[in-house]
Amino acid sequence: MNEIEDSRRNWMSVLAQAPAEELVELAEPFLAGAGFTTVRAPQIGLAQVRARMGGTGSRFNLGDVTITRCVVQSAAGHYGHAYIRGRNKPHALRAAQLDALLQEKALRGGIEQQVVAPLRRMQEQKQRQRADETAATRVNFFTLVRGED
Amino acid sequence: MYVAVKGGEKAISQAHKLLAKRRRGDTGLAELSVAQIREQLPLAVDRVMTEGSIHDPELAALAIKQAAGDLVEAIFLLRAYRTTLSRFYVSEAIDTGGMRVERRISATFKDLPGGQVLGSTFDYTHRLLDFRLLAEGDAETSSPTARDSEPEPEPEEEAGPMGRVLQMLEREGLLVPEQDDDQLPADITEVARSYPCDRSARLQSLVRGDEGFLLALAYSTQRGYGRNHPFAGEIRVGEVSLTLIPEELGFPVEIGTLQVTECEMINGFTRLPDGEVKFTRGYGLAFGQSERKSMAMALVDRALQADDYDEERSSPAQQEEFVLSHCDNVEASGFVSHLKLPHYVDFQSELELLRRLQSETDVAQPVEEQA
Repeated sequence: MNEIEDSRRNWMSVLAQAPAEELVELAEPFLAGAGFTTVRAPQIGLAQVRARMGGTGSRFNLGDVTITRCVVQSAAGHYGHAYIRGRNKPHALRAAQLDALLQEKALRGGIEQQVVAPLRRMQEQKQRQRADETAATRVNFFTLVRGED
Repeated sequence: MYVAVKGGEKAISQAHKLLAKRRRGDTGLAELSVAQIREQLPLAVDRVMTEGSIHDPELAALAIKQAAGDLVEAIFLLRAYRTTLSRFYVSEAIDTGGMRVERRISATFKDLPGGQVLGSTFDYTHRLLDFRLLAEGDAETSSPTARDSEPEPEPEEEAGPMGRVLQMLEREGLLVPEQDDDQLPADITEVARSYPCDRSARLQSLVRGDEGFLLALAYSTQRGYGRNHPFAGEIRVGEVSLTLIPEELGFPVEIGTLQVTECEMINGFTRLPDGEVKFTRGYGLAFGQSERKSMAMALVDRALQADDYDEERSSPAQQEEFVLSHCDNVEASGFVSHLKLPHYVDFQSELELLRRLQSETDVAQPVEEQA
């Protein structure tokens, strides 16, 4: 996998998992002046979720999850894709637009720094908080000898 | 057989209006928002998502509100909505081993790599009504912190990766291994089940199955109807990554996380065809925090493996067709509820028949009948 694809996977994932409100707000300065052609307007559908028997064995279908997908093309000709969990069309549209702009070398640094990085930090902080809450419930049981032998 | 009827439009629309009014309750009280249901009744939301077969907390909360708290009705609403959406993608199999664990317990080993964490649980509560919740605005909502509590003596391998309990037994050759046969799993939403069916179809059916029905069947196995000697090897709750590989991109993208509950049961050992003796296993998995459901599912999954171990199918929980064709509460409540539809003609013919039979009997035995 090449380097661009690797970092693209990374930013797509951060944008998909960001809280919609923060994403829209942070993206605004970069998207305001940019022109895009809509290739596939935000569209809500399902993705089937697969799991494995015993966690490691053969696959089975667990159920579906709602997703929203969107494709746009930037003025420079880059195609931006977005796939997000849930049903938030403005979120999917902004994420697709940012994905297109992030593929332009001149813009990447700024967007990475002012949109992607803060969103990534927010996600990491949320994960840390949940991990800390969980850690406080770590338990160490003692077994007691019961009566006779 | 029921028949079509006409009319009643006015009464029906008035009945629906009344439903909306009753659902709203006392208008002197603030209306419950969908976001409140999502945030404050998360376990109801989790059940509706699991059995409704769509992971979407907001939609599940909406369904619960619309159904006035009738969860089976809410599940029906979600299933109906599901049919209006197209399926764009199939995810990569979720990796529960890589879960960001929020709860993880084992009833088979006291000390395990990664330790045991209780997370949020009803276990160890005294099941006494908490009247502080009745007095508004007095609920405990601060985060637990390690500093709050007496530090638990650190388990030796604390904070290591949480290896799977059952894999440790697999490695020692003590447990029937799970092997990936790399087959495309059955999809009961596309192709109706036929019996006997594949384990992938069974598990998919059980995930959607009614929690109460599966719980009762699981309980029946413990009471001796298809006993399978279970131990809760490991129960874990937490977030797993959801990854798609969209064709148009050709590379995987992690698009979010899902909270799931997984239960792995270790069941009674048996002699396998190759002569080895090993523990057997059952698997349960559900959206959200659905512990009772995933435990019941794991017990029933094991009961349904009877043929694999040459066990006699003598009890209800072991009867594949019986369990799978009756576990879906949307199908079940649909067929039971259809009894409310007009059966006037059908019933008239039965009534006629009974009257005729009775009058024939009257003619045959007039004296005795009157005595």
